[in-house]
Amino acid sequence: MRARILVRPKEGILDPQGLAVERALPALGFTGVDNVHIGRLIELEVADPSRLPEMCERLLSNPLIEDYEIIEDGK
Amino acid sequence: MKFGIVRFPGSCDEIDALQAAERVGDAVLLWHADHDLRGVDAVIVPGGFSYGDYLRAGAIARFAPVMDQVAQFARDGGLVLGICNGFQVLCEAGLLPGALLTNVSLKFVFRQVALDVAVADTAFTGACALGERISIPVKHTTGRFYAPDAELDRLEHAGQVLLRYAPGNNPNGSVRDIAGVCNQERNVFGLMPHPEHAVDALTGSTDGLKIFESMRASVERPGLLSGASSPAS
Amino acid sequence: MSGSLQSPLTSRHRALGLTDYEYELIVELLERDPGDVELAMLSLMWSEHCAYKHSRKLLRRLPTRGPHVLMGPGENAGAVDVGDGLAVAFKVESHNHPSAVEPFQGAATGVGGILRDVFAVGARPIAVLDSLRFGEPEGSERSRYLLEHAVAGIGHYGNSIGVPTVGGEIYFESSYEQNCLVNAMCLGLAPRERLIRAAAAGPGNVLVLLGALTGRDGIGGASVLASAELGDGDEAKRPSVQIGDPFTEKKLLECCLELLDRGLLTSLQDLGAAGLTSAASEMASKGGVGIDIDVARVPLRERGMAPFEIMISESQERMLCVVEPERVGDVIGVCDHWEVLATPIGSITADDRLRVLSRGTVVADLPVGILVDDCPLYDLEPIQPAIAIYPAPDAVLTGEESPAQTLLALIGSANLASRRPVFEQYDPIVQSRTVRRPEEADAAVLALPDGSAIAVSIDGNGRRVAGDPRRGAAEAVYECVANLACVGAEPLGLTNCLNFGNPEKPHVAWQLTEAVTGLAEACEALGIPVVGGNVSLYNEAPAGPIFPTPVVGIVGKLPDAARAGRLGFLRDGDAIALVGSFEPSLACSELAKLLGRAPAGELPFTDPQAARKAHQAVREGVRAGALHSAHDIADGGLAVALAECCIAGGIGATVEVSETLELFAEAPGRAFVVSGPEEALAAFDVIGRVGGSELEIAGQLKIAVSELEQAHREGLAGVV
Repeated sequence: MRARILVRPKEGILDPQGLAVERALPALGFTGVDNVHIGRLIELEVADPSRLPEMCERLLSNPLIEDYEIIEDGK
Repeated sequence: MKFGIVRFPGSCDEIDALQAAERVGDAVLLWHADHDLRGVDAVIVPGGFSYGDYLRAGAIARFAPVMDQVAQFARDGGLVLGICNGFQVLCEAGLLPGALLTNVSLKFVFRQVALDVAVADTAFTGACALGERISIPVKHTTGRFYAPDAELDRLEHAGQVLLRYAPGNNPNGSVRDIAGVCNQERNVFGLMPHPEHAVDALTGSTDGLKIFESMRASVERPGLLSGASSPAS
Repeated sequence: MSGSLQSPLTSRHRALGLTDYEYELIVELLERDPGDVELAMLSLMWSEHCAYKHSRKLLRRLPTRGPHVLMGPGENAGAVDVGDGLAVAFKVESHNHPSAVEPFQGAATGVGGILRDVFAVGARPIAVLDSLRFGEPEGSERSRYLLEHAVAGIGHYGNSIGVPTVGGEIYFESSYEQNCLVNAMCLGLAPRERLIRAAAAGPGNVLVLLGALTGRDGIGGASVLASAELGDGDEAKRPSVQIGDPFTEKKLLECCLELLDRGLLTSLQDLGAAGLTSAASEMASKGGVGIDIDVARVPLRERGMAPFEIMISESQERMLCVVEPERVGDVIGVCDHWEVLATPIGSITADDRLRVLSRGTVVADLPVGILVDDCPLYDLEPIQPAIAIYPAPDAVLTGEESPAQTLLALIGSANLASRRPVFEQYDPIVQSRTVRRPEEADAAVLALPDGSAIAVSIDGNGRRVAGDPRRGAAEAVYECVANLACVGAEPLGLTNCLNFGNPEKPHVAWQLTEAVTGLAEACEALGIPVVGGNVSLYNEAPAGPIFPTPVVGIVGKLPDAARAGRLGFLRDGDAIALVGSFEPSLACSELAKLLGRAPAGELPFTDPQAARKAHQAVREGVRAGALHSAHDIADGGLAVALAECCIAGGIGATVEVSETLELFAEAPGRAFVVSGPEEALAAFDVIGRVGGSELEIAGQLKIAVSELEQAHREGLAGVV
């Protein structure tokens, strides 16, 4: 089945990419935007979704600096 | 003294590291898919873009077959040096504390930087004097060292921060200007600057030679530096 | 045969960029209408980008022979002998149109493509240089965007693949606002015996495709982008943009070099513009053989690709090689080791046809000649323009400024300010050969194993060529040679990239003809062979063509790497001298631009013998270790050259020159500022002394070096 994993930088870690985007938006006329963070989307098809957390811990994210969220399609 | 330099698909500075090591001893390449460390006395995990830096820098390389041997070698007390991408690989593998993040500038930076030797009686900095300032180039996009505050306090207290960027020389926003750290057992060391690019007066400074010379001295005269700064576990 | 032009299929060829005349010629040569796959192949092979229809006759004027030449024009890259059994292969290529549409990938794939050209001849790429031109950064968000992303793309590709970017140039002129220029040069090193040609040979040998999967990248890129002026609707062309993958290319590079080291290949060719079609055609043509390709065997990235798409796809990071049947197994073994996909997709035949099959059905069957040789070559119809083509730029200075204020304005201007914010994004030292890094000397210097070194510089000229194409183009050559002399190097060979507007317009045809003549004359006078190059035409917007911009890259050699020259003043008390006959003019200069003058006026004549003498004097002085610094006088004239020497050395100077010498007038390629011990400069025109913390030109200006340094450092800092 298809799953999506969102990997985002942990709270409190400096995210210069997010800041750069946050600063760029007003210049284009978009105001009232705060707290921008940039992460990664991993899409995959997996036979055994129960193994997804382990995959995230071991390879797909670095738990020291990232949080992950698993979204199974259809849920 | 025989150095082994790991070569992954995408490694760039492995030949540079090989040539630098050959100024101090013998050196061989260790292919990523092999399970054989060829009897080397020290392992170098070099700079470059192993596996294209895909997913995260070093994230895939750490699972290469040869890294099992390297991890065992480290557990047995062997010397392991990680340079730039190599530092990233060792952090991803859990052989070194912390992680490397994207430079604050978000850009690749090449610069000759001044480093301060924060701890000198180690297998990697033994040829330097405490507080000595050395000149070594950096070249990376993902070199900002990070660890949570409590961990940083612990590292500093245990004397595991071996090199710091001199004031005004921090090129990437690393916390507390940290340029290189070692593990608790002090036999694994990672740094973002490239000592292999500071070994020949023709192409730059020669301060990087000291790191290779320290490693050779440590291997050829074991016990020289042991005990001096054994941390409490 | 003209009946076929009236058929419902009439617009096919026009949509693909072929003229009616060209289509008729194809029908006449084939004695029938071409099929779809054949038409797609021909439309690309007969495009300006692949066939050089408007420039090939003109390029025959360039001298190509020299004592050190190992490979001349026509191969994937040119090559020169550098002694000690080694050869240096090198070439420059443009990627202008793709970079205007998607600057990051356009510049990145430009680097990727030129790298492949170099390792296709068996040389390990050891350096990259880039010549970039954009519109004025101030006031043009688009130009800043293009600059930022092109630089990031070059850095991304070069750094990731482990080839140092050691030099380059960047210029800003409103003329390039709609048509930026991205020219990438690469040099590679090889033992002479490893150099390989592209000519396919041996009927019965196997054609093997190496590298990345084939997708729809750049379909129609060649004919759609590079042979037509950019107008509205660029967005629609975006799907044709190629995406580069330096990691795949790194593996491909190591794999190819190992295959060559082991003697496993008969020939090698990279896939660039027009993909499989041009690679196979060129290989067959050079070898006088034929090739059969089965597109069903090509490993694909996309589903449902039609045969014509497979034949013209410009997917990156692919190479084609010819292998003897009994060696195919070994080749695949080496490729497996490097994780490079290797797929036999065809074979060499004894006839002279390129045949494309798809699951047993022949979908194209063309004589090789029609693809490579029979494209019509057009004569240019040059007419010198009677009126000025280019508008005057906005004035930044009034002319009332003091010499010191003028100097500060120039040294902080976009064209002269420090490029550090750019080159710090490149790795200049990987592979451990770099003896002179950017801003340390006028040319990059790379050490060779025997203690000698090669030097390389890339120099182009737009504004001055716009004023006087013949003299301006010659100046680009002289300036490049002068840069090499400053590090002690003697030129061995030249590669050039000609960036011009629409050659079908008589004034552009005139610019092109005059410029090539100027290049030829300079190369002949200096004894430098042209070993290869590239032409990029149709760089034109509705407002008009770009400045005519020839870019030259020259590789040279110096006997002792440890004595490579530097540009900064070194020692307090050193004498400073002028070398060379220097009669500069303000015409088409950087100051004239800041004063708001259009490029016009007569450029100073370059006396070849006087220039040669000056180059030799500096080269020999540097080689002898007698000179502490050497810097050619180019943009901004003498005052700027002196300022650059002070800034680089972190030290001041006091000089005195004749009042009649215009401080900011220019005459590139023939005069130098050198410094060293008094006795070493006895033969030269000594003008002053190094020392203090100010640059003083007696009676004219006196300014703190720190102030110059700040203006120089900050010029581009906010821009990239």
